[in-house]
Amino acid sequence: MAGGGAGLTVGTGPAPSLKRGAVGEAGEGAPELAGGGDSSGEAVVLQLLLYGLLLSSMGEEEGLRQTQLLDTMFVRGLKRKCFDGEEDIEGTLAGIKAIPSYNLQRQSLLDMSLVKLQLCHMLVEPNLCRSVLIANTVRQIQEEMTQDGTWQMIHTQSTGQASLDRLVSTDILCRSSREQAEGKHVSGYSAFNKDFEGDQAQDSSETMSTASSVQAPRNLQSNVWEMENPQENKGNFQKSLDQIFETLENKSPNSVEDLFSEVDNSYYDLDTMLTGMMSNTKMGHCDGLETFSSPTATASNSNFKSDLNELDHIVEILVES
Amino acid sequence: MSHKQAGGPPGESAVDWCLYQLNGAAEFEVSEADIISTVEFNHTGELLATGDKGGRVVIFQREPESKNEPYNQGEYNVYSTFQSHEPEFDYLKSLEIEEKINKIKWLPQQNAAHSLLSTNDKTIKLWKITERDKRPEGYNLKDEEGKLKDLSTVTSLQVPVLKPMDLMVEVTPRRIFANGHTYHVNSISVNSDCETYMSADDLRINLWHLAITDRSFNIVDIKPANMEDLTEVITASEFHPHHCNLFVYSSSKGSLRLCDMRASALCDKHSKLYEEPEDPSNRSFFSEIISSVSDVKFSHSGRYMLTRDYLTVKVWDLNMETKPVETYQVHDYLRSKLCSLYENDCIFDKFECAWNGSDSVIMTGAYNNFFRMFDRNTKRDVTLEASRESSKPRAILKPRRVCVGGKRRKDDISVDSLDFTKKILHTAWHPTENIIAIAATNNLYIFQDKVNSEMH
Repeated sequence: MAGGGAGLTVGTGPAPSLKRGAVGEAGEGAPELAGGGDSSGEAVVLQLLLYGLLLSSMGEEEGLRQTQLLDTMFVRGLKRKCFDGEEDIEGTLAGIKAIPSYNLQRQSLLDMSLVKLQLCHMLVEPNLCRSVLIANTVRQIQEEMTQDGTWQMIHTQSTGQASLDRLVSTDILCRSSREQAEGKHVSGYSAFNKDFEGDQAQDSSETMSTASSVQAPRNLQSNVWEMENPQENKGNFQKSLDQIFETLENKSPNSVEDLFSEVDNSYYDLDTMLTGMMSNTKMGHCDGLETFSSPTATASNSNFKSDLNELDHIVEILVES
Repeated sequence: MSHKQAGGPPGESAVDWCLYQLNGAAEFEVSEADIISTVEFNHTGELLATGDKGGRVVIFQREPESKNEPYNQGEYNVYSTFQSHEPEFDYLKSLEIEEKINKIKWLPQQNAAHSLLSTNDKTIKLWKITERDKRPEGYNLKDEEGKLKDLSTVTSLQVPVLKPMDLMVEVTPRRIFANGHTYHVNSISVNSDCETYMSADDLRINLWHLAITDRSFNIVDIKPANMEDLTEVITASEFHPHHCNLFVYSSSKGSLRLCDMRASALCDKHSKLYEEPEDPSNRSFFSEIISSVSDVKFSHSGRYMLTRDYLTVKVWDLNMETKPVETYQVHDYLRSKLCSLYENDCIFDKFECAWNGSDSVIMTGAYNNFFRMFDRNTKRDVTLEASRESSKPRAILKPRRVCVGGKRRKDDISVDSLDFTKKILHTAWHPTENIIAIAATNNLYIFQDKVNSEMH
């Protein structure tokens, strides 16, 4: 494994969740992954994809336990490892530990928040405080992503397939911003910034508009969120979520304020907009969460786009197989 | 930490808490409706009211001391049970209105009857609790069973006489304060003037007169003109214990606003804003959520306020708006787990907090049926557990510890073993004595100071 690609440690922790959509994820996640930009980074990505496929046979129980381990893993010692571009990839596939990039995790948090807001699987009026707090979190992420310029990039690439696939463990987001600042590299995206500067404002909230999509997937959710047999529902789950995000993306892009937009002045509208819940009770039962490792070393932008296309191609092949 | 626990009055030895009694079915028999949703002592501590998710209120009364049965001293026995709220259906919105009792507040006792306010999400009710231990006997026209007498048998007139009977507790709804709230009521607070009270929902606070049900005054309204701009909601509110014109309300952004009703009819503009600036080094996407204040309580003295947010309890001096005077970490080990807690919604749990009678100790609940006490004077804190297994009656509660990696002592619990479904959201402290009521799901634990209970 060529060195200098990225500080990567793939552990048994996050790996099992790679099974779901790990491959599809690579398409969207690729820009962040290949932040390294050079061939070694790309190779690492491929390696991880294969690793993910290998581990796809791991059971749900294992995934559950691993997610719980994740928290501890990320608290300890991740600070130094995660964004360290210098470390070599150690040993065999089994020996490396996955660290999702900050951006990927942020995206995952965003997706999770949107799902929380949309699910209206209730007879009782939803908790307004909770909805407002989630919506504020979504806004924060959106603002930060707009500043980063990552917002455009994500949304030109996604084809509606991605959202669940991109859900990753977001524990890294619990770390203080000071710790993150030490390792965070956003330079990889500067190339994209230039391309998409013009469209930023309009596109910023494609996935944010929930105006009428809440009603549509309502019936889907009742099936989707029966978490009894997550393995079996996995396929349905992905499809349903895809549908939500497709309908979202088809809406005329406004801003996150669409979440609160009113048809008339009654409370009922906010009610519709902000209904949402997630009925997971067990901690660590992060079905939707996945982790993805990525090299996040300083970008060398020159090869970036070509790498991206190649990766897409490779990913497609892997998906077919 | 010494085995003596925090909780004693300053200068005296610390308190040993022991389980006094436990009410409620065993865990496997729990139904959702039995989950206790609020606990409140009355002003003397003689009565303890609990509300549950099924809309019922259970009132416990403390047995008066008697020399004959020393071990039953101060036991809280069920005094009355009644159905306060029923489930309703809002036809306009096609949504159910839960009957869960959100809050109970006692009115100061003004005559032989006791009164309390209970509220669900929409409707507040005033209940009057009276005792009947005598009944009239010797009616002229009716016989003992109430049937009309045959008038020919009545030869003389008698004056009915009051004879003692078995104690009967009657509860009647005296007032129903309905249709005052569009959003969910989260707090009610009786004013020190004993005539008015306020009810707060997510966006508005109303002032009611206890005798008038068809009208209320809106005193705070933070609903934006455009609901799209909504970013902050009201989470709790309370009247000042002595100044009838002052009240405080907390928000989901972690701020407190003290309002003076003399300033204007609509108290949208606060008199004082209590807000601690965010620590930039600790900032994350969850910063706002964990700063949301879930409960605010004035101290008995009226000088301080106690707030609870997700990870800490803070004591604020009314005279200082810039930051709290004391901050206590309740379960800081959860800070690295906020993502998981966000995902399973635990991060939105609303914990309450309480002062002891002398304002020297504060208490709040946590997960795994743990609750925490902080002694403001000695700066000692203790973690105790409310569970059947670890509480033998009259045995002193053993302090618990959560270990976060590193050295692990025997009986420590690791963070990953915590049960997040066992949360102690509702706690109450007797107004004068060291007696606490802890609601753990459907169980009500009453702990007393061992010294206290042995003295009788």
